[in-house]
Amino acid sequence: MQSTAAASVSASAIASGGGARSEPARRPGGLRVCGLRGESPACPSLRISQAPARLAVARAAAATNGAVAGSGGFDYDLVIIGAGVGGHGAALHAVEEGLKTAIIEGDVVGGTCVNRGCVPSKALLAVSGRMRELHDEHHMKSLGLQVSSTGYDRQAVADHANNLASKIRSNLTNSMKALGVDILTGVGTIVGKQKVRYGKVGFPEKEITARNIIIATGSTPFVPKGIEIDGKTVFTSDHALKLESVPDWIAIVGSGYIGLEFSDVYTALGSEVTFVEALDQLMPGFDPEIAKLAQRVLINPRKIDYHTGVFASKITPAKDGKPVLIELIDAKTKEHKETLEVDAALIATGRAPFTKGLGLENINVVTQRGFVPVDERMRVMDADGNVVPNLYCIGDANGKLMLAHAASAQGISVVEQISGRDHILNHLSIPAACFTHPEISMVGLTEPQAREKADKEGFEISVVKTSFKANTKALAENEGDGIAKLIYRSDTGEILGVHILGLHAADLIHEASNAIALGTRVQDIKFAVHAHPTLSEVLDELFKAAKVNSGVSHSVNEPVAA
Amino acid sequence: MATAPAPLSLSASTLPARLRAAAVPAGARGGQTRRGRMVVRAKIREIFMPALSSTMTEGKIVSWSAAEGDRVNKGDAVVVVESDKADMDVETFHDGIVAAVLVPAGESAPVGAPIALLAESEEEVPLALAKAQELANGQPQQAPPAPAEDAAATPSPPPSPAAAPAPVAAGTKGIASPQAKKLAKQHRVDLAKVTGTGPYGRITPEDVEAAAGIQPKPKPAAVAAASAPVAAPSAAAVPQAAVLPPVPGATVVPFTTMQAAVSKNMVESLAVPTFRVGYPIVTDKLDELYEKVKPKGVTMTVLLAKAAAMALAQHPVVNASCRDGKSFTYNSNINIAVAVAIDGGLITPVLQDADKLDIYLLSQNWKDLVKKARAKQLQPNDYSSGTFTLSNLGMFGVDRFDAILPPGQGAIMAVGASKPTVVADKDGFFSVKSKMLVNVTADHRTVYGADLAAFLQTFAKIIEDPESLTL
Repeated sequence: MQSTAAASVSASAIASGGGARSEPARRPGGLRVCGLRGESPACPSLRISQAPARLAVARAAAATNGAVAGSGGFDYDLVIIGAGVGGHGAALHAVEEGLKTAIIEGDVVGGTCVNRGCVPSKALLAVSGRMRELHDEHHMKSLGLQVSSTGYDRQAVADHANNLASKIRSNLTNSMKALGVDILTGVGTIVGKQKVRYGKVGFPEKEITARNIIIATGSTPFVPKGIEIDGKTVFTSDHALKLESVPDWIAIVGSGYIGLEFSDVYTALGSEVTFVEALDQLMPGFDPEIAKLAQRVLINPRKIDYHTGVFASKITPAKDGKPVLIELIDAKTKEHKETLEVDAALIATGRAPFTKGLGLENINVVTQRGFVPVDERMRVMDADGNVVPNLYCIGDANGKLMLAHAASAQGISVVEQISGRDHILNHLSIPAACFTHPEISMVGLTEPQAREKADKEGFEISVVKTSFKANTKALAENEGDGIAKLIYRSDTGEILGVHILGLHAADLIHEASNAIALGTRVQDIKFAVHAHPTLSEVLDELFKAAKVNSGVSHSVNEPVAA
Repeated sequence: MATAPAPLSLSASTLPARLRAAAVPAGARGGQTRRGRMVVRAKIREIFMPALSSTMTEGKIVSWSAAEGDRVNKGDAVVVVESDKADMDVETFHDGIVAAVLVPAGESAPVGAPIALLAESEEEVPLALAKAQELANGQPQQAPPAPAEDAAATPSPPPSPAAAPAPVAAGTKGIASPQAKKLAKQHRVDLAKVTGTGPYGRITPEDVEAAAGIQPKPKPAAVAAASAPVAAPSAAAVPQAAVLPPVPGATVVPFTTMQAAVSKNMVESLAVPTFRVGYPIVTDKLDELYEKVKPKGVTMTVLLAKAAAMALAQHPVVNASCRDGKSFTYNSNINIAVAVAIDGGLITPVLQDADKLDIYLLSQNWKDLVKKARAKQLQPNDYSSGTFTLSNLGMFGVDRFDAILPPGQGAIMAVGASKPTVVADKDGFFSVKSKMLVNVTADHRTVYGADLAAFLQTFAKIIEDPESLTL
């Protein structure tokens, strides 16, 4: 991790200041952390600086930032409101591009992902994965291992999650400080064109001007009405990640990424779980085939039952000697169906954008269900459908794809545009993962989406699958459960979607997402070599299994914009 | 380089790779029509384990997509089967109600074996359940011991028809945790009849297991210690049927096949009216002889077996058995079974024709038998052809004990340790002699007190003047 990446950039190279772009030498081996997504405490990509090499850059950049006021009389070239993963990614890229940058943080650096999302949840899932393994006698026995007894210390598990979050948080903060990004504390409000006011309660507010502004305020857990949160027996992922208790029986409302990951954690720690899902199927966002297999692997063999096609219309926390009461109504007829009595309820019904108090009314922008409307370049649109110049919105606040790494990618795309290079992010190339045991990952279209697109645009699609059961490494680990699935255009070999369920699926998806991002076709990638024996051969087999009708060979080397 | 097995590539065209599960009317299957009512063209169909590949001989049920009580339509996937190659959805050929799952998830069944029963309508469900019961109680054709035992152990009243998911609806009572519901389904426990002991009166998985009469899942425990041979408190042992509640914190280790067989035999032995006769025998001369022949590989076990065989030759009734409750079965051979403790169990290798072979040959045979027993290679004839059993705990210092008569034999001899004892002879002189106590348990239907006493007297004479043993 401490690679001494040679990023010795001379101060003069950057000190040209202001709007000028510095040498593209920096970014010594960025460390990517994180990973939840979906409607989830999404997270992913954050880069953490490496100590020594960075300092030179930092000092240089710091000098730049302080010395000249941003060109054209602005205080800053770029002000980012919100220091989550999206804002952080944008800030780092902006500094790299030589922009004088400030970031306004109203809460804690790192945002949802680092503090209440993907990061601490990964800590809990690391624990659940090991517990699960140690508890699986059959699995242990077949490996020849004997474990006499297993147990866990709840507080120590909770501390692990908390420590991880603070570590990543300080890494993030340091990386920005080291690069010379001004971290301003307080709630940022847009008061007019290219003008932001910020300040903490009880302190005098300050107003700054910026050539460009990025809104990256993220989201908070969405709690449907009728549900009373007490933080003890009825709570959201924010509380659950603190792991203050492990209830005997917990209802999880919502079976998306967040719900699924928490079911993995809770069942491993000994809880029984009841899912409440409004749609007719569990895991509605997944490719149906993957969802079905996931149900077989992640739901059915565990202490989990579920109610689908129902809303939790009213949830009352445990009090006065009564358990948590959950009233279920039919999602269609709205008739009362059943009342559940459980020890706790986790509300994982998705996330709502956090855009209140942004002062959008000052610039004639109206949110849609709280989301800031943007175009494909993340430019904010006003009430009349016109682009608001120099104002962008990235991440959960725009609702395009509520994943931390998507926010970061959008931020980088915006900085590219600010720097004079047009850039449109291909959202179909952004992977997503669910860190259950085994993991689920995906990129691009699901099979039904691909079929719909194929029908509309008049082409044929093909689907191939490979099994982890045929992979040497997976078998060595005794983890043969899982499949990988590839959906591609039969005529051109364009990759439309890849879905994986299996050991380390989240790490495996990137070969596919990179292929989609770079426009690599199946018939080309199949010649890429994979080390043997590795799990990556699951994808190798997948690409090799794909047959392209080479009769019509017009290549699609251009990334497909979405 | 690619040493990985060929990938499983299913092309899109064959996608949903579903196999059709053949299901034929049960009535059409030979041998199933024993009961009159079955002759009625009941619309009950069996779902079979399909052959998913040419090499598949048996399949494991990964999961049931349809549960008992579920209505399924032709073409619905009802079960996921793991073959030697892959997991496949198997769909049904017929509409109906899944009345009974015969092979639960996690169990295996050979290709062609029925794995579930499909009833055409609600009315046929009880009928199908009765049939399921019949199949379960009858020969466990597929030898998956678990389900058969479960079915037998559970009182399993044919659950009220369509005791499907509905009844535990609203209301405070009958709330069961997710795992409790799963177990109830698996073990066919009617949740309405289970009293919940969990928080707020909730039914916990433990409550369901208790209701189903199953012990909590065993934890991997230290290997059971080798048990001593047939030591026997024959006091009315409770038949296994009644399962005692588990002791909290205790470890439960299921019987191995051998232990299960011992258990079965021991319970069966309760049906035989036995009695016991003891006899003290001076062994000084036997000990002397033993010292002499020991270098030639002769063991005390063989000497005792030989002596017993010679005595049996003179008292054939003790070598006989009662098989049908109304006759003597005299055995033409004298085969001495000797109880041997082996790791985690007990086995009785048999010295055939012990009266005819000399002690050296017998010793050779015995050595072979013990070797085979330890390697678990005994053939049925090697351990089941005994006509009389010898059990010796003398090496532990046991002075006397009482053996249980194994079913199918007339008598069993329990030999204690030989110990120096003060003996007064008829002239009133005291001397110290080695003496052992022998206790024989016999079936009183064939062997009477006097028979046994006479046999023991002969046996004692042979031991006390053992020269004949070497002849």
